[in-house]
Amino acid sequence: MDRIPILKLGGALIVSIQVDMHDRLALALEEDLTAMIARTGARGVLIEISALEIVDSFIGRMLVSIAAVSRVLDAETVVAGMRPAVAITLVELGLELTGIKTALNVERGMALIQVRLSEEDDGHGSDRDRHED
Amino acid sequence: MTVTKTEALPVRSGDDVVRVRQRVRALAVEIGLGLVDQTKIITAASELARNTLDYGGGGDVRMETVLAGTRKGLRLTFEDQGPGIADIEQAMTDHYTSGGGLGLGLGGAKRLSNEFHIESTPGSGTRVTIARWK
Repeated sequence: MDRIPILKLGGALIVSIQVDMHDRLALALEEDLTAMIARTGARGVLIEISALEIVDSFIGRMLVSIAAVSRVLDAETVVAGMRPAVAITLVELGLELTGIKTALNVERGMALIQVRLSEEDDGHGSDRDRHED
Repeated sequence: MTVTKTEALPVRSGDDVVRVRQRVRALAVEIGLGLVDQTKIITAASELARNTLDYGGGGDVRMETVLAGTRKGLRLTFEDQGPGIADIEQAMTDHYTSGGGLGLGLGGAKRLSNEFHIESTPGSGTRVTIARWK
């Protein structure tokens, strides 16, 4: 079965969807990403969709579901590179990408994840502060 | 209104949904729809094909390029012989779903089309027709 490759870069996982998504591929991606987050302890997931010609409610649900599972595993999902026509259509369709951060392109998406990773470095200190209170 | 071309495809698997999207895209390009309109009709077709598959138990889609005066359009008719919809008004409501979906299919497809028509008879099936005009 086809699989979408997942790349690890520092504390982030990167996926670029380059094919027309069908059901099995979407489910496989969700499973693979979840397993990979658990295995690597990644804190950010970047999903690049500039090649996607449409996002329907099925693909939208997959993205929302990946983001929800990632969040439970303490990783944040950023969807990057959505085409303008896809964005217009999504809004008209009524699909809300709940719990997903979006970025115009991969560069800005990675910047969002980097913020999260650097907050984490500082974050341990503030967590400790809170416990001492 | 005259029909200038008719094609049909089965909607019986997830792969069929992908094929329907690809064919609708080709026809939308052929009649000269702009990029946003193409995206809208392909997305609407994807939603309706999935409804046909998930709720209608599979069916067929008829794709027609049509001409009204000098206006070109793309008309899609999704038909299944499934359980039908008892309450169409409720089914059209956003976020109402009888299955595991988001419940955006019918209402969303209507918003993405210039024309929308649904007929359903409980026990014998559902037919949804949409059109997008250039």
